Amino acid sequence: MKDSRSDVLQGTLDLMVLKTLDAMGPMHGYGLARRIEQIGDEALAINQGTIYLCLIRLLQNKWISAVWGASENNRKARFYSITKAGRKQLIAETENWERIAGVIGKVLQLSPRR
Amino acid sequence: MRSGFHRIIARFRALFSSSTLDRDLNQELDSHVAMLTDENIRKGMPPDEARRDALLRMGARESIKEQHRELRGLPFLETFMQDLRYALRMLRRDAAFAAFAILIVGIGIGASCTIFSVVDTLLLRPLPFTDPASLVWLSNRPESGAHDLSGQTTQVGYLLDLRGQNHSFSDLAAYFAFYGVGDANLIGDGQPERFTRVPVTQNFFPLLGVNPFLGRQFTADESRDGSPCAVMMSYGLWQRRFNADRSIVGRSINISGSLCTVVAVLPASFDFGDIFAPGTHVDLFVPFPLSDRTNRWGNTLSIIGRLKPGATLAAASAESSSLAINMKRDHPERNGFTPELSYLSQYISGRIRPALILLACAVGVVMLIVCANLSNLLLARGASRQKEIAIRSALGATKPRLIRQMLTESILLSSAGAVLGLLLAFVATRALSHLSGMAIPLLESVRVDGLSFAFTVGAAILTGALFGLVPALHVPGPKLHESLKDAHRGSTRGVGHAWIRSALVISEIALACVLVVGAGLLIRSFARVLAVNMGFNPQHAVALRIDPNSTLYKTQEQRNAYFTDALQRALDIPGVQAAGLTDSLPLGHNRTWWAGVQGRVYTPKELPLAFVRIVSDGYFKAMGIALIEGRDFTDSDTPATRHVVVINQTLAQRNWPGEDPLGQMIQTNGGSMVVGVVADVRHLALEESSGSEMYLPIRQTNDYPAVDLVVRSSLPTADIGSRLRQALRPIAPDLSISTLRTLQALVDTSVSPRRFVVLLLAGFAAFALILASLGIYAVISYSVSQRTQEIGIRMALGASAGRVQTDILRQTLRLAVIGIGVGVVASLLLAGILRTLLFGVNSTDPATFLAMLIILIVIAAIAGYIPARRAARIDPVTAMRTE
Repeated sequence: MKDSRSDVLQGTLDLMVLKTLDAMGPMHGYGLARRIEQIGDEALAINQGTIYLCLIRLLQNKWISAVWGASENNRKARFYSITKAGRKQLIAETENWERIAGVIGKVLQLSPRR
Repeated sequence: MRSGFHRIIARFRALFSSSTLDRDLNQELDSHVAMLTDENIRKGMPPDEARRDALLRMGARESIKEQHRELRGLPFLETFMQDLRYALRMLRRDAAFAAFAILIVGIGIGASCTIFSVVDTLLLRPLPFTDPASLVWLSNRPESGAHDLSGQTTQVGYLLDLRGQNHSFSDLAAYFAFYGVGDANLIGDGQPERFTRVPVTQNFFPLLGVNPFLGRQFTADESRDGSPCAVMMSYGLWQRRFNADRSIVGRSINISGSLCTVVAVLPASFDFGDIFAPGTHVDLFVPFPLSDRTNRWGNTLSIIGRLKPGATLAAASAESSSLAINMKRDHPERNGFTPELSYLSQYISGRIRPALILLACAVGVVMLIVCANLSNLLLARGASRQKEIAIRSALGATKPRLIRQMLTESILLSSAGAVLGLLLAFVATRALSHLSGMAIPLLESVRVDGLSFAFTVGAAILTGALFGLVPALHVPGPKLHESLKDAHRGSTRGVGHAWIRSALVISEIALACVLVVGAGLLIRSFARVLAVNMGFNPQHAVALRIDPNSTLYKTQEQRNAYFTDALQRALDIPGVQAAGLTDSLPLGHNRTWWAGVQGRVYTPKELPLAFVRIVSDGYFKAMGIALIEGRDFTDSDTPATRHVVVINQTLAQRNWPGEDPLGQMIQTNGGSMVVGVVADVRHLALEESSGSEMYLPIRQTNDYPAVDLVVRSSLPTADIGSRLRQALRPIAPDLSISTLRTLQALVDTSVSPRRFVVLLLAGFAAFALILASLGIYAVISYSVSQRTQEIGIRMALGASAGRVQTDILRQTLRLAVIGIGVGVVASLLLAGILRTLLFGVNSTDPATFLAMLIILIVIAAIAGYIPARRAARIDPVTAMRTE
């Protein structure tokens, strides 16, 4: 049913969330969404709600864990942090991503034959 | 891999914590919007706009929630739960329909599960022995061709030889087949009570793999001639009579006047009677010596062998046969021996097998009728639910989704029915296993076990799918506005439905037909069996074991005096018309002796054998056996006088065709003169003719294993029992009243398997008839209600009420006739299954088929008449206005 674009997006979003949590430590959903928007220079125009679909998937895989806490301005929020399994997954995914990116890069560099 | 596993677990857990998860998500989304709004306000937006922008950037909230749920849970199961809730709601709204459906499914599944439990116990479940598949029953093929026990048993010498010479069996054991039922009188520890004691070879229990619950197996010493008496007892006897006293092992108990040491209590799981002698109880076991002395007793043993690993039945058969030929050549003095081998399980269930297969088929047919009936009902409901379904599909339900919904409903119904059915089956199997006097093996171990339970669950799902399928496939497809439009004007719609519904009813009638014919044939057979001339009159006669006490009456003279005294005391009771003694009652044990004409030379094959019974004067009168010519015995037929014998008509015909048998000599009991001829008695089974029989006077022999006093009187059974006891107490102090039996009870036990099958099948047929008539009624009344308007128009145009009624009745009868036609053909094809169970009736018996025809037509007419009358009362004006 879903088209291929969102599948790719899904995978990349997972990777981005894992990497962000790994780099920045525990964060809540809003923070993650803002962070990814900023890094993507607002070019990645996603609905912020989508982040929660990504988070539940990662949670169920036990790559991240969640605890309830209070945000900076005292809003109730769930703080997510990466788990051991999540780090392993991040390494594997990163390698995978780099390999694919490399291949795609090469393919895209092919000069057209006239 | 592992994370995939984590996800499944998490998803499954999510099913049960759906509301918590929803609340969490809502909370998170709320905070998210709030934080975004805060930020927007900080950036300088007015609060209203800040919130609007936040909501926009967040995305469609409901969609996110929906996707969230799908991601975290198991959509398949969730849909199922949803369907289930919906189905429950629907059924609650239509409680009468649900109750009816559950009731008939319950009865159907209850019957199936019960029959399955019986089949499981008798045909599928292994016998309660170690490695039962390698156990073999070895019987002797009777040379006479008759079904007598003497012919089927084997002489001790052959068992010993076969055990020594064969290479197929790891061991062979045997029990003494001529054990007397109730011959062990247990004295002391309360009232004297008679038990059945079976002598077994020393290795009998080890071979079967039955280990004593307490104590030990018999030793070789105990199994020698003349060794002191040792006995094993059943668990039941130990519990009941000895209060489960563990110190019983090693103690001595008094059996019929001699002291026996108890060496073991057998486990509760072992029931000799249930397996080898259905309908009887066997509680005591003593060692049977394999010696020259017991060899001289002739054919006495029923043999059980255990095949060596890898040995086949065919090889064992071939080996035993060839060994038997050599043994017979080496021992011309022995009786004949032609071994016949079969698996023990087959031997035990063999006789009841055809009946069980029949019942299993019948119960299958009943289930089909149940399914057809429910299909029909669901179709009718489906028709009235078209609008609801159309609305659901308008709201986006796909066709597979709707079919799933319908199937969920029908499986829910059948599962609820299965719960009821399981309860019924529990009750029914309990009742079956507590039936006493049923000559059906293993019946006492019938119960609902895991396998039957699994069967029920399978049956429930299958039934639900089966009866739900047709209506489910009838869910309207894409033409939904047609259904929406067509909510009421049903004259053209439903043609397809009507066809299917008629087909269902026709198949119901046809299936009911098959069952009615089957039940009818069996009922007629049963009546024929009961009407058979048994040769004796079981009414108003009772039998009581009165074996002479061996300590009081030691010599033959003393015993004869005891007999005379006992008979006189019985006859003195007011209301007693006749009294006599016998060593074996009809339809019980039997044995045969040589009964050749004195002076005539026979080859071993020609030698006439006759069933022998040791009786006293008055026996024929007490039993109601007709004396054809000559005289009855008298109390003056004693050892001192000439040996005499009374024979039956068959033996008279066989030995002296065309001659007067009176005064002729038979070479039995040292040469006996025929003094009387009596009518043939059916003593093997009611269905089997009697063969040659002869009666010897009890005063001229000592060879009787038991003594039953038969009394004919018009007194009630309980009354005659206590009076007999009172009258006999002075001469028989250890008399136990528990052995009082009416002769009718003997006959009942003997026909019990047949009655069992007849009752069940008749019950199934009646249930099938009820269902079929309900089916007819439902279809016709549905069609009347659908055609109300049409009928109204016809009546307005001048059709009379009678005409309308006739039309509808004709429609009913057309269905019935087609159904019966199909049913008759099916019955004729299937009647073969019944053939082995019929007696005196042909499987194409015209009377049965005619009766079935009348019953079904009448039932169809009644079922059609009610809606037809309703149709005839339709008022044309109202009918046309309602639409």
